[in-house]
Amino acid sequence: MTDQPISPARRRDLVVAAACGAFVACMVGMAYAAVPLYDWFCRATGFNGTTQVATSAPSSVLDRKITVRFDANIGPGLPWRFAPERTSIEVRLGEVVTVEYLVVNEAARETVGLAAYNVTPLNLGVYFQKINCFCFTDQRLKAGEKREMPVVFYIDPALAKDADGADLDTITLSYTFYPQRESQRPVAEAAPASRPGRI
Amino acid sequence: MATTAHGAHGDHAHDDHAHHTPTGWRRFVYSTNHKDIGTMYLVFAMVGGLIGGFMSIAMRMELQFPGLQIFHDSHQFNVFTTAHGLIMIFFMVMPALIGGFGNWIVPLMIGAPDMAFPRMNNISFWLLPASFTLLLISAFVEGEPGAPGVGAGWTIYAPLSSIGHPGPAVDFAILSLHIAGASSILGAINFITTIFNMRAPGMTLHKMPLFVWSQLVTVFLLLLSLPVLAGAITMLLTDRNFGTTFFTADGGGDPILFQHLFWFFGHPEVYILIVPGFGIVSQVVSTFSRKPVFGYLGMAYAMVAIGGIGFVVWAHHMYTVGMSTGAQAYFIAATMVIAVPTGVKIFSWIATMWGGSIEFKTPMLWAVGLIFLFTVGGVTGVVLANAGVDRVLQDTYYVVAHFHYVLSLGAVFAVFAGWYYWFPKITGYMYNETIGKLHFWLTFVGVNIVFFPQHFLGLAGMPRRVADYPDAFAGWNYVSSIGAYVSAAGLGVFIFGMILAFVRKEKAADNPWGAGATTLEWTLPSPPPFHQFNVLPRIK
Repeated sequence: MTDQPISPARRRDLVVAAACGAFVACMVGMAYAAVPLYDWFCRATGFNGTTQVATSAPSSVLDRKITVRFDANIGPGLPWRFAPERTSIEVRLGEVVTVEYLVVNEAARETVGLAAYNVTPLNLGVYFQKINCFCFTDQRLKAGEKREMPVVFYIDPALAKDADGADLDTITLSYTFYPQRESQRPVAEAAPASRPGRI
Repeated sequence: MATTAHGAHGDHAHDDHAHHTPTGWRRFVYSTNHKDIGTMYLVFAMVGGLIGGFMSIAMRMELQFPGLQIFHDSHQFNVFTTAHGLIMIFFMVMPALIGGFGNWIVPLMIGAPDMAFPRMNNISFWLLPASFTLLLISAFVEGEPGAPGVGAGWTIYAPLSSIGHPGPAVDFAILSLHIAGASSILGAINFITTIFNMRAPGMTLHKMPLFVWSQLVTVFLLLLSLPVLAGAITMLLTDRNFGTTFFTADGGGDPILFQHLFWFFGHPEVYILIVPGFGIVSQVVSTFSRKPVFGYLGMAYAMVAIGGIGFVVWAHHMYTVGMSTGAQAYFIAATMVIAVPTGVKIFSWIATMWGGSIEFKTPMLWAVGLIFLFTVGGVTGVVLANAGVDRVLQDTYYVVAHFHYVLSLGAVFAVFAGWYYWFPKITGYMYNETIGKLHFWLTFVGVNIVFFPQHFLGLAGMPRRVADYPDAFAGWNYVSSIGAYVSAAGLGVFIFGMILAFVRKEKAADNPWGAGATTLEWTLPSPPPFHQFNVLPRIK
């Protein structure tokens, strides 16, 4: 059986089958490639409430006001207390605002956390611009340490031109701190100003 | 059933080749014969269908009255809905339409002696019982804390399927899907190679019967979509067991990503279930109207178009995840575009019947029933395609009614149409026409009583995947459950009819359907010899 030469018809069959097999492998690869692509897509378009990173204040400030509500959560396994200094604030579109969050490590040891974040409505993340945020880097708290952490943000005045935001009066900014293992994210610590690749 | 069916083939083993024909268990376990493998797929689909059907009856018994009747808790009910969905998709409709009728009929229709890779065909089938076993095991090991089985729905969304089900049940279900997927992908490669390379001389792609076209489109959909499911559930598996964070926020992942990956597979998957049915309906309608199919090329390319567009509409399953209005508008428009090629098919079937000499034999009843009910399901699909409407109706019984009209009453009617149409060819026996028609009418009436009231329940706001509901929904749920028992009676008539056919052994002619049946399988004896087309037919 094995020493028979492969007939041309058989070879043609094998070529088609191999092409199909390669195609299947590519599609599995595409599924995995979707993970970084989706992350990039969310950061670029504000999809799924992903906030944006800004380097400077906007040039114009509009009169329209929006209430920004603040939400703070702790993921399982992190012995912290975490709350905003106030639960909501009224801002004008384009106005740069600084809000403090208070975090307390209630454990008798040093712990590290990193905050995941988004805003609702989920389709307006692209207009929520953060100039500085504690969520850009790991937060390392010594036993019993208290820390005030600022968020510096503004809401992009371009929101006024988007029909999706026409009757918007409230945006909720939500954070959840998740525990991080020691020195798990050296890149973030080395380059604190780099764009965060997180949802 | 299978052995009886093939007991008769010896009469036709008139070929002068001294072929060694395997017998007994070796004939099936080691089988490389497309007809025997097709038969095994059909028997497997029947077993899967009976188990999945039993689960649906249990669910309807539970939902007949408010409160918990036969299930201990709602998790157990959710395990039944999950298993019912997965079994009906992967272990009933796909094995019947693709593995069963595809294996049996595609080589006969294109004039090929067998599939291109007969041994791969064998492993494609035998992976399925292993996969089914894993899924059944999953119902008996811990899923949610302290309760057995996967109750996360056939969509197994994270995080319900990850942190919501810490027990190993979901792992079993994931491995089951992996193996079922591998089986389907190997089968798809086999079909593509067979259809591209083994057509009889003169049979160009544009002369292939529409059933072969439908299989070709279907296997391409499988090849494109199943690897994405495999990737997504592998990520879920590593999230659950190896500390990756593809779908968990604590490591930077996003559960919404799972929904995107799942529905990129899931939407083409529903076309995988129905497109082979389109092919069967085309053959049956043409045969029993004694006319060639109206607009053959349009019919073929309508299926290609449905398959193609099916890959760019997935987010209409997830309008509520917070997409921008623009994105929603795109998915609405793209989804509604699918109604165009589907309409081409529906109207071409009607045009095929128009002016034909129609004979309402049992297969034709099922085919016409499909055309009518699939259209009803298609219309509710267009309703649901609207993001604004979907916001109200998503995850209600309206959605359940919609997808059961297109799948339970669409794909399953296609299975029965194909079954009665090719039963004489496959077994060599005629079924009893009266019993076949009784089966059809009981099922037709039954399933409509089951699913039509579910539109009302959905519009009234009854959510899916609940074991208990407010008293306000009691009336139509009671009606729906009565319909389920009528359909179950229909299934009993079906089984009785099959047993009767094998007992009476009434010989079927090579072509029992007359001049309308023009495809190559009707030129062969019923049942066909173990090896057919030793001399390749020539198509003019």
